[in-house]
Amino acid sequence: MSETTIRDHGDDSIDDSTRALIQRLTGGADRLTFPMQRSVPFDPPPEYAELRSKCPVAPATLHGKNTWLVTRYDDVRSALQNEALSSDIMDPDFPLSPALRAVVEADGPGVGSFLKMDPPVHDELRRMVTRDFMIKRVEALRPRIQALVDGLIDDMLAGPAPADLYTALATPVPNTVICWLLGVPQEDHEFFQSRTNYFFKRDVPPQLRLEKSTELTNYVYGLVDQRMADPDLDPEADIISRLVHDQLRTGNLDRRTVQGMANLMLVAGHETTGNMAALGALALLQHPEQYRALGEDPSLAPRAVEELMRYLTINDEPNWRVAKQDTVIGGQPIKAGQAVKVLTFSANRDEGHYGDPDVLDIHRTVRDHLGFGYGIHQCLGQPLARVELQVFYATLARRIPTLRLAVPLEKVSFKTDANIYGVHALPVTW
Amino acid sequence: MKVEVNGGKCVGSGQCVLISPEVFDQDDDGTVVLLEESPPPQQHDAVREASMVCPATAIKLIDS
Repeated sequence: MSETTIRDHGDDSIDDSTRALIQRLTGGADRLTFPMQRSVPFDPPPEYAELRSKCPVAPATLHGKNTWLVTRYDDVRSALQNEALSSDIMDPDFPLSPALRAVVEADGPGVGSFLKMDPPVHDELRRMVTRDFMIKRVEALRPRIQALVDGLIDDMLAGPAPADLYTALATPVPNTVICWLLGVPQEDHEFFQSRTNYFFKRDVPPQLRLEKSTELTNYVYGLVDQRMADPDLDPEADIISRLVHDQLRTGNLDRRTVQGMANLMLVAGHETTGNMAALGALALLQHPEQYRALGEDPSLAPRAVEELMRYLTINDEPNWRVAKQDTVIGGQPIKAGQAVKVLTFSANRDEGHYGDPDVLDIHRTVRDHLGFGYGIHQCLGQPLARVELQVFYATLARRIPTLRLAVPLEKVSFKTDANIYGVHALPVTW
Repeated sequence: MKVEVNGGKCVGSGQCVLISPEVFDQDDDGTVVLLEESPPPQQHDAVREASMVCPATAIKLIDS
């Protein structure tokens, strides 16, 4: 069947073969919905491959809005560069769940901060914190991260088996490190870990979501205010101190904006890396010859991280945009006001771009994956995430070569209910 | 091959530094610094990859 171009999402000019495809994929509906169910544990929804070949830019309905799903690698990359596509969460056409709309209406971009803004404001804010995540800075943290991982492994090995790798190792690493960078006290980790969980669960009632996000917002305001009032504030102490000193005290930014930036980095630095650490460990355990190879040759770690980022693409969901003006993606006209969702997981498994895309191979060199996104919003923390994950996987494989799942794979609980994929827990033994 | 970088577009992802550290560095703000305007042939593959991978299309290559 040849690929189709749909002329207009809103009317009946979708041809019969596309309509038939969509009805087959959805079990009878006229439009695709999102998200689609992953093929647990590691593979994409089966619909993705069909869409790539038969309808690469496909009509869907998302929160009641006409949305285009972009599935091919080249089109996803190009869409993430396309200046007609906006990240402005305050745009009334931006597709939001009721829970998120409630939060945004109460609080503005809030924890979305510059991730949910367009240039020029996005660029101005992001530039204020780029230095904290640059290569030299994060490389300087590597020994400290190594010591952190070793200490957590010591603790886990000294305790009973089975243990939950997710809570014992995977989440404490990124949580601790982002707290170093932001100047958050160690004793407060548990508090905001539980609050940030609510950002990533999918079907949270709006009122509960707002309540939890408000608790987190107030906590971060506390961090900002404490520094604002400190007569001996050291701007070099941490990121929040520097933002307060350079931007808040000078009146360049307001208190709400500084809080939003700090909150974004706090939230973004947690769930994503923690999920990658645990899910990646599981993927390696399911490919024992590769786990062993990594244990014997830690120089494989950088390649392993990139390949796991590609293979797992845990951030497939939250990549939405709204068209500010008419544009074209993959030959498909997009009208101003319509939403676009790029399926980075589909792109990262695109057989038109990667050979054997559904095979995990940590020996391949893949630096062009879209696991960190692409374009001006590409993950700010990626250099830090890379170091954390390289240290995590290499140390695990070297120090616990006999690591294995303590339950059958079918008993592992996956985060199919959240917009960042991962595991709820990972029971392991050694 | 001549390389041009656009600091105004750069978002500081650092991938150019990871892929081709002989040619690219970051200043104190994380913005790209071009170390080598006309890199030698043995760097060309890495520079091409860096240009392709750059999320901000801040690296322009002019093949001679």
